[in-house]
Order: sequence, then structure tokens, then C-alpha cells
Amino acid sequence: MTRMQRLRESRFWPMLWKEFIQMRRDRLTLVMVTVVPAVQLLLFGYAIQTDVRHQPMVVLDESRTVESRALTAAITNTGTFDYAGEVHSRREIQLAIRTGQARAALVIPPDYERLIKRGETARAQMIVDAADPSSSQAAMSGAQLAAASRAQAIIAERGRIRLPLEMTVRPWYNPAGRSAVFIVPGIVGVLLTVTMTIITSGAIVRERERGTLEQLIVTPIGKTSLMLGKLVPFVLVGYLQMTVVLVLAWAIFDVPLVGSIPLLYALASTFIAASLGVGLLVSTIARNQAQAMQMSFFFMLPNILLSGYMFPREAMPDVARWVGLVLPLTYFLKVLRGILLKGSGLAELWREVSALAIMATVLVSVSVRRFHKTIE
Amino acid sequence: MTGPSPAPQAAVETVGLRKTFGSLVAVDRLDLSIPRGQVFGLLGPNGSGKTTTIRMLCGLMQPTDGTARVVGLDVHTDAELIRTRIGYMSQRYGLYDDLTVGENLRFYATVYGLHGAERTQRLTEHLEELGFTERMGQMAGTLSGGWKQRLALACATAHRPEMLFLDEPTAGVDPAARRTFWQIIYRLAERGTTILVTTHYMDEAERCQRLAFLSRGHLIALGTPTEVTQQFGQANIEDVFIELQRRDEGVRA
Ligand SMILES: Nc1ncnc2c1ncn2[C@@H]1O[C@H](COP(=O)(O)OP(=O)(O)O)[C@@H](O)[C@H]1O
Ligand SMILES: [Mg+2]
Repeated sequence: MTRMQRLRESRFWPMLWKEFIQMRRDRLTLVMVTVVPAVQLLLFGYAIQTDVRHQPMVVLDESRTVESRALTAAITNTGTFDYAGEVHSRREIQLAIRTGQARAALVIPPDYERLIKRGETARAQMIVDAADPSSSQAAMSGAQLAAASRAQAIIAERGRIRLPLEMTVRPWYNPAGRSAVFIVPGIVGVLLTVTMTIITSGAIVRERERGTLEQLIVTPIGKTSLMLGKLVPFVLVGYLQMTVVLVLAWAIFDVPLVGSIPLLYALASTFIAASLGVGLLVSTIARNQAQAMQMSFFFMLPNILLSGYMFPREAMPDVARWVGLVLPLTYFLKVLRGILLKGSGLAELWREVSALAIMATVLVSVSVRRFHKTIE
Repeated sequence: MTGPSPAPQAAVETVGLRKTFGSLVAVDRLDLSIPRGQVFGLLGPNGSGKTTTIRMLCGLMQPTDGTARVVGLDVHTDAELIRTRIGYMSQRYGLYDDLTVGENLRFYATVYGLHGAERTQRLTEHLEELGFTERMGQMAGTLSGGWKQRLALACATAHRPEMLFLDEPTAGVDPAARRTFWQIIYRLAERGTTILVTTHYMDEAERCQRLAFLSRGHLIALGTPTEVTQQFGQANIEDVFIELQRRDEGVRA
């Protein structure tokens, strides 16, 4: 038999064919992998957009003048911030933000009115709780905007050449100032990890539970054909899902698509394969679908916490950073953010992509090795 | 058959076959020889080790001890080769409920290595013979018990195996469907297929050419239906079975 013939008669094909038919008929899974991530992304976006309205703001007014009260009013009038009381020291600001009583603080220095009257530039400061980076970005620009409109009002009243008011914004708890734009690509990665792992982990276990695995393994199908046949259709699912989430991120959350989208799709294959490999490995360990589900969820937590999706990896203790190094998402986040936000190319990302490719290969081959054509 | 070498025509030959699950002995030192072309019945109460025996012969489970040869090949070393030459119908049928009749059959036929025109011809024949032509597009999950059973048999025999293992193929199937099923079995046997079938139904046991009775993993009787009834001094197989079950429970109590 020639190579070509062998390939054509490989038992991988019937397996692939069967999986595709089953996938097409499994509406629930199709909905799970497309609609659910879309809804999650929308919910997240909705949360971003509501959070930036009515942020409770305390005021440290050391000027206590007509001008300083006018600035406070101008800022609360925008609706981004709500007046949440007066404080009398920086310590009190810290306390208010830490306890969640306030998410922002306006600091007006003693010489505020005096400087404006003298025609010089007065400086006010807005402190924004940036622990939730998704909302802080909008809050910070909201503060800038309110200050700018107040400055215009002052110019209109007094007619002057110099800028009367400068607002400095200080984000607290998140000095890097990570924005929603930074977070959304992360969600794309997290959602892919979650669904890819969960649906693949159930794949072999489901056949075991339904009794079809027993029938399948008395046939001469090879382990590799069996597992690859199961895996490949999910790659398409991964791409479908990625497309849905990316389109939403771009259309609704203004995530820029700076770099090459074809490159992103090409490189994503390594991440999708690695995630599927994790799911496949789980499915060789779990005895039933419930166990597979639990294991997949267990895998989720380190992904969310240690991959750099939520917290910057640079600030993590060594052990946490090392654990992060074995998670496919850690590398894919760099690829996603690199391509989407910075327009990076293969020259900057080849390390991440190689790591993902190695992981995918190792995970799939370990799974195939672990899988035995017996039912014990 | 006293020679040291197994008879060349034996389809199944086991020597001291044993399977334990922890401290439970599911199959204990089973010596069995089934000549080619025979319809052989494996009988015994629930939990007596029938399924475990079949699973070891099909290479689904590793024997704890002993040897087994199926179609002349060692189950331990030639499992993959054996798989191309046997058919197996499990207790749970192993059909994909979300595939149609035609798709199930096509899938198994292709996995068994049938391709192109040969596959098409074989499937058409097969579907016709089993009366499935009109149900090609029906989802397997919506078939009644009798049709499911027949489809499972069709899938297990699409590649014309020399040896067929049927594990309680007629459990929960109505009498009419059971009769049709046995007609198919006999047709296969006439073509030279060796058939090992486990069953609970005593009328089916009487249809086998030879029987083996298992009790708690032990082979306790072997022979033609008539020989076995005589051996136990009973009127028919059903009485033998009831007697065995009584003994079995006696040991357990
Ligand atoms: N995978 C397994 N793990 C543990 N015990 C098993 C397993 N399979 C079967 N058994 C036990 O082995 C014995 C024989 O089972 P089985 O071969 O299924 O009997 P039968 O098919 O005759 O009803 C039973 O006691 C059963 O509980
Ligand atoms: Mg059984």
C-alpha cells in the first residue's frame, strides 16, 4: 500500500466524520461554545459600562471656597461620580476607598481659589480606585472631562489666557493603569480555555458512559486515530468561538485590532491544540462526566489567577510565576495582547508560540499514551 | 482432543483463564474450547462471569492469569489482529443514538476497514438482509429494542468476522424479534461464523449446539443441551438453571 492509500484508508477519517455529524446535531454544545461566551462577554461589558456611572466620591476640600465648591459640583454633575461625603485628611481618603465607601476622591488644595483669581493654573487631584481596571479607565477619563469643562466655564466667566485648572488623576492599587481594552483580550483567552477544556474532557468520558467506547475499542481503530478524530472537530469549534468573541470585543468594547488577524488565527492553533490536549488528558483520567467537569473547573482557577489575566505576573511571588509558566493561557495572553493591542509579529512572539506548540504536542501524546484500548 | 497442541480448527481456546477484581474472582481457571462454526452458549446467573469472559476474549480486559487464543491468535500479544477478525456485540449494544441507522453502519464498516464500492455493496446487502432499507435515515436512538439489537448485530458483522461474540443480545427484546434474531444467527453460522452467545433465556440455550455453565466464575457444566440436562438429572435446561441458581444462593447465604 502506498502512503497515500494508507492515509486515505486511515481509521482517523471515519472517526472524524462521525464526530462532525454528532457535533452538528448536538445543539446544546454548539450553543454552549458560542452563545455562552458571547453572553459572558456582554455581561462583562455591561458591568464595565454601569460601573463607571455613579462612582461614590469623597471630597477633601482644603480650599472651602465658592470656586472649590463649583468644581465639586461640576464633577458630580457629569453623573460619573456621586458625592459621597466630605473627608478631612488623606488618611480618611485611604480608609474610605479601602472600605469601599468611595471609589474616588477629589482633593482640592488650600490655594485653589487664590490661584484661579490670580490668573494662574490651579491644581486639583482625583484619586481613582483602580483595583478594578475595567471601570477605572472610564472613571479617570470622566474626571479629566469634568475638569476640562469646568476650566472652560472659568474661562467663560473670567476671560483669561492661561489654563485655569489642571486635574491630575492618580489611579490607586493599579499603578500600571490596565484598562478594559487590556482586559477584554484576556477574557477571550479565558473563555477559550474554559470551554475547550470542558467540552474535550467530556468527549471520551461520554462514550465510556454511553457504552459506545467498549464497542469502539473492540474495532481495529488505533488509539491515535481515535483521539485525533475526536480532537480535530473541536479545533474548528475553538476558531468559531474565538471569532464570535473577537467580533464582539471589537464591535462593542472597542478593542483595537492593531496587528494581523490572519497571524492571530494561525498562532491561535497552538493554543487551541494545547487546551484540547488538557481536556483530552482529563478525559483519560476521569471516570465519568461529572469528574471530568470538576477537573476542568479545578484547572480554571490557576488559569484565571496566575496567567496574568487578572493580576500582573511581574508582581507575583516566584512560585506563583512558575506555576503560571505551565499554563497555556499565560503564553496565549501575550500573543493576544501583543497582536491585538501592540501589533506584534512573529518576531516578538515566537517564544510564546513555541512554548504552546510544545505543550500541545506533549499533552496530546501523553494522553494517547495514557489511553488504553481496554475498559478497566 | 488429547494432544498438547490446541486443535487447529478451534475458534476459541482458553487454558486456566482467570480474572480477579481485587479480592473478587470473576472468572476462575476457565478451560474452554470452541470449534469453528459452532453456536456456543455461555450460561449462568447474573455475576457469574460471562461478560468478563467475553471481554477477555475480545481483548477488552487483560486476563489476570492463564492464556486464551481466539481465531488461533493469542489475546495477550495479538489483540489488534484479533480485532480485525472478530465481531462483538456488547450488552449495551454500543450504538450511537445520535447517528442514523445508515450512519452507524457506515461508521463501523469503515472503522473495520471497508472502503469504496466494496463498502457500498456490503452495506446495501446488509441493510436489505436485515430489513433496514426503509429505516436508513432513522436515528438509532429512536429505534425499538428489537431493531436496535438487529442494528447492533449488523454493525458487529459488517466486516464478515470469523468469530462473533454476543453478550446477552436478546435481553429485553420481544419474542418475535428474538425469533428473527436467531434466524440471522443461524444464517451466520451456516456461513461458517463461530458464535459465542450468552443468554438468560432457556429456550435460546436449547438452540445452541454446545453449552457451558458458569457459576461464580467456575465452569460447572459443558456439553450439548441434552448432555447438560442429563448431567444434572433435570428435565430441561431451565430446571438445570434453577437448580444452579439455588446452589449458588446456598453458597452465598
Ligand atoms: N470492571 C469491574 N470491576 C470490578 N468488578 C467487576 C467488574 N466487572 C465485573 N465485575 C464483577 O465480576 C463478577 C462477574 O461479572 P460479569 O462478568 O459481568 O457477570 P455476568 O456477565 O455473568 O453477569 C461480578 O461479581 C461483577 O460485579
Ligand atoms: Mg453480563
